[in-house]
Amino acid sequence: MSSGTGQSGKLGRRDFEIISSWIKRDAHVLDLGCGNGALLRHLRSQHNVSGYGVEIDDTKVLASVKNGVNVLQADLEAGLSEFDADSFDYVILSLTLQAVRHTERIVSDMLRVGREAIVTFPNFGYWRHRLRVLFGQVPVSRELPYQWYDSPNIHVLTIDDFEIFCAAHGMRVCERVVLDEACNQVNVLPNLLGAVAVYRFDKSVA
Amino acid sequence: MAPGSIGIVSPQTMQFDEPIELKSGAQIDEYSLVYETYGELNSDRSNAILICHALNAAHHVAGRHADNPYDVGWWDNMVGPGKAVDTNRFFVIGVNNLGGCHGSTGPSSINPKTGKPWGGDFPVVTVEDWVQAQARFASRLGIEQFAAVMGGSLGAMQALQWSIDQPERLRNALVIAAAPNLSAQNIAFNEAARTAITSDPEFHDGHYYEHGVVPRRGLRIARMIGHITYLSDDTMDDRFGRELREKVLNFDFGVDFQIESYLRYQADKFADTFDANTYLRITKLLDYFDPAQAYGGDLSRALKNATADFLVVSFTSDWRFSPLRSKEIVKSLVDNRHNVSYAEIEEPHGHDAFLLDDVRYHNLVRSYLERVAI
Repeated sequence: MSSGTGQSGKLGRRDFEIISSWIKRDAHVLDLGCGNGALLRHLRSQHNVSGYGVEIDDTKVLASVKNGVNVLQADLEAGLSEFDADSFDYVILSLTLQAVRHTERIVSDMLRVGREAIVTFPNFGYWRHRLRVLFGQVPVSRELPYQWYDSPNIHVLTIDDFEIFCAAHGMRVCERVVLDEACNQVNVLPNLLGAVAVYRFDKSVA
Repeated sequence: MAPGSIGIVSPQTMQFDEPIELKSGAQIDEYSLVYETYGELNSDRSNAILICHALNAAHHVAGRHADNPYDVGWWDNMVGPGKAVDTNRFFVIGVNNLGGCHGSTGPSSINPKTGKPWGGDFPVVTVEDWVQAQARFASRLGIEQFAAVMGGSLGAMQALQWSIDQPERLRNALVIAAAPNLSAQNIAFNEAARTAITSDPEFHDGHYYEHGVVPRRGLRIARMIGHITYLSDDTMDDRFGRELREKVLNFDFGVDFQIESYLRYQADKFADTFDANTYLRITKLLDYFDPAQAYGGDLSRALKNATADFLVVSFTSDWRFSPLRSKEIVKSLVDNRHNVSYAEIEEPHGHDAFLLDDVRYHNLVRSYLERVAI
């Protein structure tokens, strides 16, 4: 799989600010697909968090080390079995959900090793994407900067899809922020007007 | 400044007159350790890095000796001015461990109690004993805390043991191509090597010095066995394949294949420079290494009080100490919420990769150490 962090710069770190606003001080955090470790570094300086990034790519592992972030080189697709249950306060998957193959397993693993999970993903239901599909082409945008043939994104999902997924998999949405292309918060018709969604969720109590 | 060699270096010797109690219960009343240093110790004494050697190496880590310019240190590609372990910034120390055969007190040294070489009577030492001796040695050099303790293979095991036994005395541990203990297969290879030595008629229960002989045949076989485990199948195939030395089969038991020639050369070179008693003891020391043992087999508990930050590196083709073994160490550190980064270098060279010049590997070590405050 490919980590989605190549796309995070496109958000101007707005997702970092949203995630940062949700994280409690001194929390223990696992950042899956941590890229160059910028998010963990940000959270450490803002909230004194501890924790680890997980990254598969050699160059990004090196970049994380340069950033002074704890990084563990591993393939997310192989699962998180090396982490004990409930060992993190938050497990973050930033702009990577659409690019992982074993989505259900990864999301359930996130809620096994973490008390809460945070994901961000590009919303394929965004009106520009719908328009582009209507005119016969796969969406290419700032949040989805790939052609169909070189895209790491193997799952196409919308905000509505994700919420149905949450309900069906025993996940309770704690908070949601939807952003448009200008990184402004979207409050009406999010599945139509939102380019990126940021979710915090936990296990719903049965 | 472009990375370069540290240049001509000379070993020094430090004498210890206070006895050292060993894990076995034995005691060595006096001993000396031979060592080399590279770079300058800063005024705060905060920039020292201890490099621990593995089975086949010693204190000569970097640079060359004036009397033998071909005798380049075993980690010269890693250590030097501008290199990954930058001697312009760090004061780097290599020390030959107790029981070694490159100048430190070992089986070939004279036992002051008998006036004869220790030989087979030299005690079996452990990684814990080595760390204890290194810690004393560091104190004598005036180093209370290392910026880092690092090594590959058995050297990495020492770094790990340091973090457990002397947690306050190192800020970073670089644990490269390591395992938290030896597998049954690892021990089996060591036992085969030891049997080769002890069954050599010239072994004389380790007292061969008095007989004016060395168990060279046994040591050669031991080295061949060990060397095979350091390389990967792919590396051997790439380098030698089934290539013949003389283009024809000889139908005898001399050298037909290039790999046989290479193994014999490695065996001869090793037997010329290494002591069989030291080889026996270091392989046994490897077998005994198991820091989790004192904690009910729980490595996480063993590492609970470690305070160092860790860099753990493994190599995908290393079948001697595979990445899975390094991951056991990483998991134990993660369980304790210790600071650790782990990298798995994809490369074909087997266990020996930690000695080779791989740019991704060296960049990692360099980048990690650049962040180490001094």
